[in-house]
Amino acid sequence: MTDAIRAEGLVKQFKGKRALDGVDLTARTGAVLGVLGPNGSGKTTTVRILSTLLRPDGGRAEVGGFDVVRRPHDVRRLIGLTGQYAAVDAELTGTENLMLIARLLGFGRSAARARSTELLERFELTDAAGRPAKTYSGGMRRRLDLAASLVGRPSLLYLDEPTTGLDPHSRNGLWDVVRGLVDDGVTVLLTTQYLEEADQLADDIVVLDHGRVISRGTPEELKNHAGKQVLELRTIDPGQLDLAVRIVEAVTSSPVTADGLGASVPVTDAAVLPEVVRRLDEQGVALAELSLRKPSLDEVFLALTGHTAEDESTGETVAEGTPA
Amino acid sequence: MSDATTLKSSEGVRGDAAAPEAPRGIDPLTTVSNGLQLAWRSVLKIKANPEEVLGLTFMPIMFVTLFVFVFGQAIMGDWQEYRDFLMPGIIAQSVVFATLGTGFTLCQDVEKGIFDRFRSLPIARSAPLIGAILGDLVRYSVTVVMVLLVGLAIGFRPEGGVVGVVAAAALILLFAFALCWMSAFVGMMVRTPMAVQSFGMILMFPLTFGSSAFVAPEAMPSWMRAVAENNPITHVVNAMRGLMIGGDVAAPVAWTLVWTAIFIAIFGPLAVWAYRRRT
Repeated sequence: MTDAIRAEGLVKQFKGKRALDGVDLTARTGAVLGVLGPNGSGKTTTVRILSTLLRPDGGRAEVGGFDVVRRPHDVRRLIGLTGQYAAVDAELTGTENLMLIARLLGFGRSAARARSTELLERFELTDAAGRPAKTYSGGMRRRLDLAASLVGRPSLLYLDEPTTGLDPHSRNGLWDVVRGLVDDGVTVLLTTQYLEEADQLADDIVVLDHGRVISRGTPEELKNHAGKQVLELRTIDPGQLDLAVRIVEAVTSSPVTADGLGASVPVTDAAVLPEVVRRLDEQGVALAELSLRKPSLDEVFLALTGHTAEDESTGETVAEGTPA
Repeated sequence: MSDATTLKSSEGVRGDAAAPEAPRGIDPLTTVSNGLQLAWRSVLKIKANPEEVLGLTFMPIMFVTLFVFVFGQAIMGDWQEYRDFLMPGIIAQSVVFATLGTGFTLCQDVEKGIFDRFRSLPIARSAPLIGAILGDLVRYSVTVVMVLLVGLAIGFRPEGGVVGVVAAAALILLFAFALCWMSAFVGMMVRTPMAVQSFGMILMFPLTFGSSAFVAPEAMPSWMRAVAENNPITHVVNAMRGLMIGGDVAAPVAWTLVWTAIFIAIFGPLAVWAYRRRT
């Protein structure tokens, strides 16, 4: 199977600061590549280079076999781009927005109308087709934006934080759309700050931190690395926390993070839970709270890098929203 | 939320009809047609934006009415005489201010990421810039027509007739075309559309008021008079006055063409450079 994207050693500097510091990545044709990382890790910069909007200062990238610097026009014929913020014309109606893109892509007037109608129908925007996009809700705008990036039937789609700021229901809807596109054979490069999103959609994941790839693999591999779940506990008597930490460490043989009030530890096997409860009970530790939850991006980062995902910007647009 | 409905299954996204084969390179014809399509976008935006329509219609009514009836008697002792003197000047002033919109909207488009979308498409790179400027020429034309209509409504009857008026309109549109490259340059250099607005106002107020648009420079103190007489706006206004209500034509038209060429020669390349740098 050929690769839709192949990037080697991408470097990009903004005002002396390295936004990308040698990024290698490969997207298999027909698969979803998730690029996971916190704000300022270089996700958007990577997408902008791969979509010919930005020239790399070093390294090289091929999209569909075309070099992004030397053959940008050929690359643009293959790709669709949905940015972090919906790039639709607020004053134009849904139909006008899509018609404009279609006409720019060389569709005739009636073909452009047919394609716009088809996409508006597909994204359930038919009722809002004649209204200016500024009257749309956030979710509708994202859908119109996505529709606009699909007008030319791209074989490769970039989705830069497509669900940041969306409510859970709209987010699930968007995930379904992405799955549908993949079923149709579209290759997708998706950036996200949410581990869950990468887990849900991506076949392969690349984790970026400070402009470097710090991990790559399948979602399963990544989660195994970080622990599939996180066990959290709190003792009624803070004085017993130390004892509890020692017990949990013994059972899980993983390093426990304690902060004076409670403790958390990554676990790969939920079966340790009864064992933990039994041992704590034996030692007379009274628990105020005991729970299992999915690891956050912070915890994956901690496991991968030894430091937490700091929120720093490097000339990238700061994305809004809180990690799920 | 109304949009929180589940999206339909994937059929139809890729569709059945094949997409037209995009050209491998960009030929000039495609560039022009891309530019025209994007110009149409600007026109659609004018139509869709009530504030814009209001600005384009209400401002001329307000300006012409206030200037003629507030200052007319005081400046010339006869509001009708001042009306005839003022009309070419106020058309020029309205259009010059309207050129600010070019930089404003360009800056807005870059800020909102719309240009990223255009630039990720296989179209000519310069098309969005060409489109913005062509579209704005439509806006300027509407401005000229609106001011003229208000003038006609309060009894302005240009001696130059249709030919003179059309020639004057063509001249100010040509000058505006030159000025909007400056506006585009400013729009590409500053970060926010509001900055375009403030920067433009600081530039446009002295430029239009320190000219022969509202008062003859002869009535100004000598230093101001020197400024006004060498102001490019004065040349345009004098040329328009000559064409519309009679008077010297050849010299001011020649000066206007020289200034137009200078503006295009300086700000055309600068705007393209700033546009390429920013996008």
